[in-house]
Amino acid sequence: MPVVGIPRALAYYTYFPLWKTFLEEIGVQVKSSIATNKQILDLGVQETVTDACIPIKILHGHVLALKDKVDYIFLPRLVSIDGQSNFCPKFLGLPDMVRYSRSDLPPIISLRIKKTIMKPVFFNFLYHLGRFFQANLQLITRAYLRARKAQKQYFRLLETGFFPDTALAILEGKSDDIESINPSLALNLAVLGYPYSVYDPYISGNLLQNIHKMGAGVSTMESIPNILLKKMSRRLPLNLFWHYSNLVAWSSLHFLENVNSIDGIIHVSAFGCGPDAMLNRLLELEAKHGKNPFLTISIDEHSGEAGILTRLEAFMDMLKYQKTGLYNLGGEKQ
Amino acid sequence: MGIKKITFAHMGTSALAFKMLFQDLGYEVINPPVPDKHILSLGVKYSPEFACIPFKIVLGSYLKIIENNPHVIVSAGGFGPCRAGYYGEMHRRILNELGYNPDFIFFWPPLKKPLNFFKKIYQLKDKTSFISAMIALKRAWKKLKALDQIEILSHKIRAREKNHGMTTYAFHRGLTYLDEARTTSSIREAREAAVEELRKVPVDNQRSVLNIGIVGEIYVQLEPAANFHIEELLGNMTAVPHRTIFLTNFARKSPFSHDSKAKKIAKPFLPEMVGGHGQQSVGDVVSFSQQGYDGVIQLAPFTCIPEIVAKSLMPYLSKRMNIPVLTLFIDEQTGQAGVETRVEAFIDMIQQRQKD
Repeated sequence: MPVVGIPRALAYYTYFPLWKTFLEEIGVQVKSSIATNKQILDLGVQETVTDACIPIKILHGHVLALKDKVDYIFLPRLVSIDGQSNFCPKFLGLPDMVRYSRSDLPPIISLRIKKTIMKPVFFNFLYHLGRFFQANLQLITRAYLRARKAQKQYFRLLETGFFPDTALAILEGKSDDIESINPSLALNLAVLGYPYSVYDPYISGNLLQNIHKMGAGVSTMESIPNILLKKMSRRLPLNLFWHYSNLVAWSSLHFLENVNSIDGIIHVSAFGCGPDAMLNRLLELEAKHGKNPFLTISIDEHSGEAGILTRLEAFMDMLKYQKTGLYNLGGEKQ
Repeated sequence: MGIKKITFAHMGTSALAFKMLFQDLGYEVINPPVPDKHILSLGVKYSPEFACIPFKIVLGSYLKIIENNPHVIVSAGGFGPCRAGYYGEMHRRILNELGYNPDFIFFWPPLKKPLNFFKKIYQLKDKTSFISAMIALKRAWKKLKALDQIEILSHKIRAREKNHGMTTYAFHRGLTYLDEARTTSSIREAREAAVEELRKVPVDNQRSVLNIGIVGEIYVQLEPAANFHIEELLGNMTAVPHRTIFLTNFARKSPFSHDSKAKKIAKPFLPEMVGGHGQQSVGDVVSFSQQGYDGVIQLAPFTCIPEIVAKSLMPYLSKRMNIPVLTLFIDEQTGQAGVETRVEAFIDMIQQRQKD
């Protein structure tokens, strides 16, 4: 039974249940890498070009952590899943970046995921994946249906406000923590950013847990139903070109529209992230027009938890002052 | 309302051709300033931190020009996955935020939105008739071609010149001839005069020169102020630079055919179009090595995503194709001396390599 390694980075946080369920259904063993730690980061930093952003470096680290334990590395080439926006160019060239970085890697499965007019995007991809492991059409179809069901459940859990780690544990039956996860607290923050930066506690400096510890609630972009995001897509004069960036931009517009649900927006951005250069300024301007507090946290391989914590505390203090009416954003004394 | 004032961003020698085009269309052209320290720092001040240097230089130029109250700013747009397509929209937002509201006309790739392309031409040509607009366009194209021709010639001559600086002087004389030329026949005469001027530069034909390919992102390739005049630098070190992008071949190839030769060559290494010139950079390195060039310099602005993808393939390609590759990522912190030192070391290394 071949073993396929799925690195715990990038699109893992969005599509892991789909891939895992499908591969296991067609009789392939799946092994995902362990949570990011210092060693993985160091491995990644060594192998990646200096100019790449930290999520890409982390991915290289995860691939290296897996390389001796698996027969294949699963690294699909995510091009486009809605036919309109692409993924970041680094996603497009990712399998090649990894493949040519070292010569001792196991074979990389780099099938393309691209929406074309006639074909359903994931079935087309999973069909070819199934054929790669010599599964027949019947097996593939059954595996596809089960995988799709798991993925839908996962998205539903994310929409109710669970974070990927808990949601994955619930899917696997390891946790039955269905207690209320979004109690209404004194302060509620929207933490926006790409799932691979926001949900990786190692690179985001435990941002989500720290916000919880300070007694504030967190909403992320995965908790907004797709249909509401689509509605927001008509607001921008020109949508961005990248899938995840669009989701972040639309969800920020959604939060700005429903101002009462949140008190401030935090944008988590990786150092040197290309799409974020545009996205961050866009969010900043929109938040400014909406008179909403806005904080950018930029992360890289040198950022420590303490630095992030200090900025977070200052931001939260400002929000608390504002709530108690000591001063407001317009600068007028009350 | 009187004559409308129009402006655009400076990009290499092409500014001369665009200036003529817009004057023919009946606009008053505000000359785009040649990028310098002041413009760059203006741009850096108002740009997002991780925007690439073309974004910052262009925004800085707009902010400098805006004192002259232009009515229209012409720029190019795109559809990704490279960020440059979004730059026009972002520039507009930032200028609006600062309280300026000039009209922006963005040109999208004509093949993707043909109707939009003609609509923009219609909007731009204003009161000029469609036929004379087309004639003006054709004339501007002729001028662009002439500009590129003398530039290529100057690269070849500079590496062999006997007296340092003669070629650059002759090249700038040639540019002034072309700038003054207004009709098709005078453009031809000016081109011949410019070529003549360059041919008069005394050269040493015995000198052995290196052939260096230049690949990478379009703006830093085309704008000498952004790449620290790397072509002159190479010429002075007796190397002939061979740039892969000229505006004329770019306009001919890229908007109309999506599959140029370089992309085909790049397929075995990088099968996906990663936006910008990432895939071409990979293909160009392969084809330069097949044509027996001595080395390749990859030029890219810092945080340019497509070129980062290309860069991560360079160590492998360089080894596999047996060709030295130097990657220069340029940002506002890059200094002239730093670039000179690295290029010098690179050229020395190639010369040593050939002796062994």
